[in-house]
Amino acid sequence: MPKQRKAVALISGGLDSMLAARVIQDQGVTVEGVNFFTGFCVEGHTHAIREKKRAKPKRNNALWVAEQLGIKLHIVDVIEEYKDIVLNPRHGYGANLNPCLDCKVFMVKKAMELKVNAEFMDQHGFDFIITGEVVGQRPKSQRKQTMPLIAKESGANDLLLRPLCAKLLPETLPERKGWVDRQALYGFHGRNRTPQIELARELGIEDWSQPAGGCCFLTDISYSTKLADMWQSRGTRAYELDDIMLLKVGRHLRPRPNFKIIVGREEGENRFMEGYRKRFTHMISSSHTGPLVLLDGEDINRDDLALAARLTARFGQGRDAGLVTVEVHDKGVMQNMEVVPMPTEQIPADWYL
Amino acid sequence: MSSVFIDARNLLCPMPVIRTQDRVAGLQPGELVEVLCTDPGVVYDIPAWCRMRGHEVCNIEEQEYEITITIRVGDKG
Repeated sequence: MPKQRKAVALISGGLDSMLAARVIQDQGVTVEGVNFFTGFCVEGHTHAIREKKRAKPKRNNALWVAEQLGIKLHIVDVIEEYKDIVLNPRHGYGANLNPCLDCKVFMVKKAMELKVNAEFMDQHGFDFIITGEVVGQRPKSQRKQTMPLIAKESGANDLLLRPLCAKLLPETLPERKGWVDRQALYGFHGRNRTPQIELARELGIEDWSQPAGGCCFLTDISYSTKLADMWQSRGTRAYELDDIMLLKVGRHLRPRPNFKIIVGREEGENRFMEGYRKRFTHMISSSHTGPLVLLDGEDINRDDLALAARLTARFGQGRDAGLVTVEVHDKGVMQNMEVVPMPTEQIPADWYL
Repeated sequence: MSSVFIDARNLLCPMPVIRTQDRVAGLQPGELVEVLCTDPGVVYDIPAWCRMRGHEVCNIEEQEYEITITIRVGDKG
């Protein structure tokens, strides 16, 4: 009786990785999933800072995909290790601060490390790795030239199988050995999603996540702008998890070089930001309903506080009132400031990050 | 049977799942784990993780903006 082969699938929570895993499962291979949490995953941010009463499902898509496929999913925290990828990408950035090629190499390499992890795949390792990559789908990382580079630099070499575009690539070990049937794999290419959608329907998959802009916030221009602004204002290219989480929350305005304000946009964001009150100077309108506002910066003086208070008043229900009382918490001291809300037309567009 | 407590407040998914997963890895079948969270997504994500890993969700208690999920560790982990 032939040995039962095992594969580990990189599961992002999107359709492609779901299809890749399913195609290999259907060939009789035991599949387990792995999802690497970098801190920038859309999965972890967009659905997490959420209004409690929102009707949209609040599921984590990687977990949901794994459950639909009936496979185990291992979610691995790679936040610390990933910093080097974001800060020093060997292959550079894409259109924004997205180090997609380095990221892909990193993730396949991390998956290879699991091969020797005793707790993974019932303590027996796995035979090969699968990803949902499609040739030509991403301008930076998913090109015909980058596919072999990822395989080589990750150390996976011919253990890396891309079921959705395998027919366009050289044979891998699992194909040569007959663990999977190359003829039953696919030759998808380009940015057209129709073949994937048709395959999903063929396989009876009717629901999948479609995160706008991909699975990583670093591909988002607005997010990358805020990250670059943070590095520039601090004079150093570094970050902690809290920093990159807060970049996803609220409106960010930098009225002066030494500080910016983060304004909660809805109840879920305000509640999330409350967890940061002890760390940041913060303010909230007490005479009118309004958002929680955090101040991120250094050497914040009374003039800065007054300016931030006027902006705080502007984003609350008292925006048209003559005077608004703003509760200011700075360095452990609370004080009330009576301010005139800043008129919208007086807020320069370039304050908005 | 002792109960293990995980404080996952102000962590966003999937961090509460990761904290739970990593803590449960060192526990014995039958042990109880209480996870205290603030991200409302945990009421979907932690039970989904438990189902795929063979753990039992004994209780989900929501109070204001805090959610406590009690898990009994299964033997298929």
